[in-house]
Amino acid sequence: MVIAVGGRWGRERIVGATLLVVGLLAAWRFGAWAAAVPVRFTLGEDGSGPALSVPGDVGAVVFGALAAVAGAALLAGRWRRWFALLAGAGAFAVVVSLLCWQISNAPQGQSFMPLANTARGTFLLALPLVFGALAGVLCERSGVVNVAIEGQLLMGAFGGALFGTLTGSPWLGLAAGAGCGALVSALLAVFAIRYLVDQVVLGIVLNLLAIGLTGFLYESLMQRNQAAYNEPPKFAEWTLGPLAELPVVGPSLFSGTIFLYLAIALVVILQLALFRTRWGLRTRAVGEHPTAADTLGVRVRWLRYRNVLLAGLVAGAGGASYTLVSYSFTKNMIGGKGFIALAALIFGRWSPTGALLAALFFGFADQLQTYLGAIDSGIPSEFLQMLPYLATILAVAGLAGKVRAPAADGKPYVTA
Amino acid sequence: MSASPDKSPSSAAGLAAHERVEAATGPPDRDPGRHADQTFARRFLEHVWSTNPVTVTALAVLLAALIGAVLIVVSDPATVAAFGYFLDRPGDALGRSAALVGEAYGNLLKGALVDPATLDRWLSGDADWRQVLYPISETLTYTTPLVFTGLAVAVAFRAGLFNIGAQGQATMGVIAAALAGFWLPLPVGLHLLVAVLAGAAGGAVWGFLPGILKARAGAHEVITTIMLNYVAFSFLTWIVHQPGVQDPGRTDFISRPVDASAQLPRLFGEPLRVDAGVVLAVAVTAGVAWLLSRSTVGFELRAVGANPDAARAAGISVAGTFVLAMTLSGALAGLGGGQAVLGATASALTPSVVAQIGFDGILVALLGRVRPWGVALAALLFGALRAGGNTMQSAAGVSLELVTVLQALIVVFIAAPALVKALFRLRAAGPGGAPTGLAKGW
Repeated sequence: MVIAVGGRWGRERIVGATLLVVGLLAAWRFGAWAAAVPVRFTLGEDGSGPALSVPGDVGAVVFGALAAVAGAALLAGRWRRWFALLAGAGAFAVVVSLLCWQISNAPQGQSFMPLANTARGTFLLALPLVFGALAGVLCERSGVVNVAIEGQLLMGAFGGALFGTLTGSPWLGLAAGAGCGALVSALLAVFAIRYLVDQVVLGIVLNLLAIGLTGFLYESLMQRNQAAYNEPPKFAEWTLGPLAELPVVGPSLFSGTIFLYLAIALVVILQLALFRTRWGLRTRAVGEHPTAADTLGVRVRWLRYRNVLLAGLVAGAGGASYTLVSYSFTKNMIGGKGFIALAALIFGRWSPTGALLAALFFGFADQLQTYLGAIDSGIPSEFLQMLPYLATILAVAGLAGKVRAPAADGKPYVTA
Repeated sequence: MSASPDKSPSSAAGLAAHERVEAATGPPDRDPGRHADQTFARRFLEHVWSTNPVTVTALAVLLAALIGAVLIVVSDPATVAAFGYFLDRPGDALGRSAALVGEAYGNLLKGALVDPATLDRWLSGDADWRQVLYPISETLTYTTPLVFTGLAVAVAFRAGLFNIGAQGQATMGVIAAALAGFWLPLPVGLHLLVAVLAGAAGGAVWGFLPGILKARAGAHEVITTIMLNYVAFSFLTWIVHQPGVQDPGRTDFISRPVDASAQLPRLFGEPLRVDAGVVLAVAVTAGVAWLLSRSTVGFELRAVGANPDAARAAGISVAGTFVLAMTLSGALAGLGGGQAVLGATASALTPSVVAQIGFDGILVALLGRVRPWGVALAALLFGALRAGGNTMQSAAGVSLELVTVLQALIVVFIAAPALVKALFRLRAAGPGGAPTGLAKGW
């Protein structure tokens, strides 16, 4: 609690000092390393068309300096009220400065970044995280810790592939995927709520169970007869007419499979439901102070069962997006994305919109990795992979604002 | 469910103590004079058929094996087809199922304990004694790293901390041990010692971080350790392809092999893979057992785990204990990682060199009721399952993943002793299951 709150070295100053140093370093080093060629951020999906253009070396210096200014402002302590804005702008400026350096050193003819493409990639990579994080929101807002997101996504992907292939219909595959996610949730609910098993332990064990179960069935069914069990049908892309023509965000928001629209709808619905409806009030009450909720006549355990199962459906559907859009099922194909979704939940402070923003941020880090790989960047992709995890550690250590879980999160409700 | 692990009677000693208590006080709900009528055998059976850890564990294994058997049957299309005409010829479906399951579990036992065929050949003089012991050696080889990671999780548990980061700490241990193993030109003997200690140090650093973050910034260790696991994994995948680390003759992600002088010697020569790591594991288990139950540090650790407020009031530094427990826990996990690369299973870094030993360590710690010798026994069970699983996969064609399912199921059941109690109508006698409730919430 010493670093985190108050004192002469409150988080504003720590973040400010960090930004100042990083910004100055960026202006100095990135500026020196960057080449004096124009760096173009094109609005379309390729190098042509309208673009924001800036000379690489100038851009690296200017944006580095901007970050340093934001850091200095925070360090001075005068503009404490604008913390989120200044910190966000500073971090953004550091990223742009880095991009100016990287893009200016790209191979001949590739010194541009197609923004529409980047946005689309960001959204696609963020989609499973959104589903996973929303599943976390549903569980944890009602007081059940959900570390089993990974397992729910994995079972969803498996169920989608298996039943999608067996029935030949992506819709039935989606339903089955959601059902398989709910199956993991049902175990989570029964063991956490009925048998009072520690929920973190349970989540870890359920993840291993899901990995083992899907791996076992993959090897004994799918691998032996790919055509019969693992060639899932794919959802078509729907494009919402002229809206998809919008620059930058059009292709990512208004052209995609059912999963894109489902994710956006779920975020909106859950945000409204959680904070504007009776169900939401009850859910939050059960997550914060179950005894009080019980006194007022809310059936605590019943509501928890319902929300945990709902969470399984959401995560299962998200998992099905792995197998019903482009790939077949492979062993352990989620590969830790469930834990990034957990990070997004925490980073997004247990709210649906927060989870969406965090998921987009993590998706962007992922997309950046792909992009930098494509322009032969010298930055190791492994360090970009660490970004979501490091950001979450900083967040829970109190450097990115106050992170507080629902008060009764993880505590089983036991009446005497 | 918040029973402190101290209260749960453990294995034989706990059982005897429990018997004494019952004999002295008598079950409250019964006629006190009844004791004299009960034969010893009957009372013994009553104690066996109660929620003591041994019974609960055995029944959990049994339940898991049953579910595993169902999985084996369901995943064989021909047998499923035979169930289609079950009413006409039930023997068909049942016979097929029994043969399938029997072959799978039979090979599991052959791979973990002893293969009767090899034993016969040895008795008739056709085989070496080493071949007879081969399955046991494999079991011990898979057991060793799990002892370390299991102890790591258990030590943190006893201080009231849930260290999910054993995986990451083992990863850092692997990296440090391997780098020390092929970078440092040291003489035989010293080199091995330095490499093992480097592994412990690497893990300790990775355990110290969540400890200090919890003590100073109040960051929950479950979140930070999960995140650090992935940071460590990314770091490992990065470092294996750096110049000076990557094997010069290879293009894939594999490092140079660890020098022979830094490898743990094999105890009984080829083909037995069991190495000196198993001796170290036993020594470390004894050390941790001593530390926890006999030393001041161990007392403070358990005091903080049992009740941090009371510990603070008694003058124990809770923050300091958190940092110490996590660092110690990390060092143990680092030892496990180091053992994985200095021992028999691998001699070079690859992205998958750590396997799942950290996550398995969590299960092992719970199965061992977070007591050092219990952890060692649990690791032995998991090692046997893993070693047997290899044989099951190669001889019976049943996927090794079944072992992961069995392990997870066993721990689910022992984590919910109430379920096992209800299913088998056990008599209540202590919690019996895994100690949980130590890491509630974020």
